[in-house]
Amino acid sequence: MNRINEKLNSQGKLLSIYFTAGYPALNDTVKIIQDLEKNGVDMIEIGLPFSDPLADGPTIQDSSTAALKNGMTTEKLFEQLKDIRKSVSIPLIVMGYFNPMLQYGVEAFCKKCHEIGIDGIIMPDLPLDVYEDNYKATIEKYGLVNVFLITPQTSDERIRQIDTASNGFIYMVSSASVTGSKSGFGNVQTKYFERIAHMNLKNPQIVGFGIKDSETFQQATKNAKGAIIGSAFIKHLTTNGVAGIGSFAKSIKS
Amino acid sequence: MYHADEKGYYGEFGGAFIPEMLYPNVEELRQKYLDVMYEESFKKEFNQLLKDYVGRPSPLYFAKRLSEKHGCKIYLKREDLNHTGAHKVNNTIGQILMAQKLGKTRIIAETGAGQHGVATATVCALMGMECIVYMGEIDIARQAPNVARMKMLGAKVRPAFSGSRTLKDATNEAIRDWINNPVDTHYIIGSAIGPHPYPDMVTRFQSVISEEIKWQLKEKEGRENPDYVVACIGGGSNAAGTYYHFLDEPEVGIIAVEAAGKGVETGESAATSALGKVGIIHGCKTMLMQTADGQITEPYSISAGLDYPGVGPMHSHLHKSGRAEFYSATDDEAMTAGLELSQLEGIIPAIETGHAFAIFDHKKFKPDDVVVISLSGRGDKDLNTYIDYFGLK
Ligand SMILES: Cc1ncc(COP(=O)(O)O)c(C=O)c1O
Repeated sequence: MNRINEKLNSQGKLLSIYFTAGYPALNDTVKIIQDLEKNGVDMIEIGLPFSDPLADGPTIQDSSTAALKNGMTTEKLFEQLKDIRKSVSIPLIVMGYFNPMLQYGVEAFCKKCHEIGIDGIIMPDLPLDVYEDNYKATIEKYGLVNVFLITPQTSDERIRQIDTASNGFIYMVSSASVTGSKSGFGNVQTKYFERIAHMNLKNPQIVGFGIKDSETFQQATKNAKGAIIGSAFIKHLTTNGVAGIGSFAKSIKS
Repeated sequence: MYHADEKGYYGEFGGAFIPEMLYPNVEELRQKYLDVMYEESFKKEFNQLLKDYVGRPSPLYFAKRLSEKHGCKIYLKREDLNHTGAHKVNNTIGQILMAQKLGKTRIIAETGAGQHGVATATVCALMGMECIVYMGEIDIARQAPNVARMKMLGAKVRPAFSGSRTLKDATNEAIRDWINNPVDTHYIIGSAIGPHPYPDMVTRFQSVISEEIKWQLKEKEGRENPDYVVACIGGGSNAAGTYYHFLDEPEVGIIAVEAAGKGVETGESAATSALGKVGIIHGCKTMLMQTADGQITEPYSISAGLDYPGVGPMHSHLHKSGRAEFYSATDDEAMTAGLELSQLEGIIPAIETGHAFAIFDHKKFKPDDVVVISLSGRGDKDLNTYIDYFGLK
């Protein structure tokens, strides 16, 4: 069984952390992953930086620009991760935009992920129909879980389609926004969280966008299986560097 | 075979590679755009505004002195005479009517040269809608007159500070705005780019250009089809409109001129067909300038409106299939061609448009060839650049 599915079957709420590979420094990738695991993080999204991250707000954009300036590339990331499974056992997901994956070669990319021990991919701009028509077979052949997003605007009908096409979890974007722009959840979010919970989907949901601390983590995971922190962690790295990752991670679940 | 199929593909190019956050907006548009465009009431209103407000039909003008100089029969399609000074307004009139049909109340747009921004601000004023235009910080500086015009028209101009701070980044910011405002907002894309249905919708709104060329040329030359149509290409909207009704007429040669910047091989260029590879930009699979690693590179052109690292999917297909001939003109060639047009015909073109006129540096036509050039815009906005370049002070 894929590590993601195993984790989703375990008890308790899951904390997943996103970071941009190559930031703050080019070679921080492995240390960040190890420190997050040591401090109770359940799952990690390794961001492959892209020059034009359409769905991201300024925090993740800036970290991506910096990572690319530092010299991060797809090849470089795979090289950094080649021995990661010797020291890390939680699920690892590569998150990025589709063009770098396309240029690397979709099959070559999936094969490499498989060899390294990556468990899944999230490509926000690889839409459901293109995935199903062209890439599903390849992604599944290498045992990768492909994760789709839904938003408060996604229709019930489409959520059902996405649920059918998914074999891990559904990434529930908390509000109509790019990453990092809103914090705290209001009535609209609560209603949306409840609506999804009542749909009894086959895939568990993990909430992302707008989670920054223990309070928002609690709110987001009231109905969902877990929550993802991205921009807030990047901000932490910007201020503190790679020191103190542990205290950040621990503060969320406490 | 050169038009978009149902999923928005031109051959292998096109489609809609969008994050789920944009799906409801783009899907709504995809489901409705053709029905709306075919409605009699829509067509009537669109055509009425093009006539009474934009000033269409735009003249097809036989350029006698330019023809003598270059040894062929040159006709100019005078999109520069449209209200707001460029072809861009054909599309914004269409899209503002579309936005109304969809019940939207807030309009966003990106702009490079500011022509599309001005054309959008204009139709928003006309319809009383809120208007926000994203523009790269560098373009704000080099197209100051258009920034002032947009403000005069009541639009808010928001600078894009990321990346190369030009058209590509303004487009990113507009898309982010749309993600943040999914319900009340319509995004008026200014070129034949972006996710399906945008390239096809923009092309259809611009196709009035070639529709008019056909009957105008019939009046003047006794035939509907010229030997060549020529247009400059940024994202490719004036070109798409100029080619549209000739795509399936094999005797009409189709010529595209891109911006070579300081030269195709200099690293400071926007000649996408020469330098690009297939990839995804702004929700569309098309030719784009990128690194081996799939990072989009920063283009360069003296003209803000051609300073884009991709090209619309129709044009990628026309290039790949060999239906169109692609050339690129350097900054110097375009500026010189702009000066030549000014002094031979008394028409100062936009610098973007100057690139189309630089075709004569690259291709020799036969004396009886009828060549129609899309005069996509006028040069008022570019006077400072011309003055600096030619030392006219
Ligand atoms: C006068 C003029 N021509 C051409 C262009 C290039 O755009 P497109 O390739 O979409 O026609 C612009 C863009 O700003 C423009 O202002």
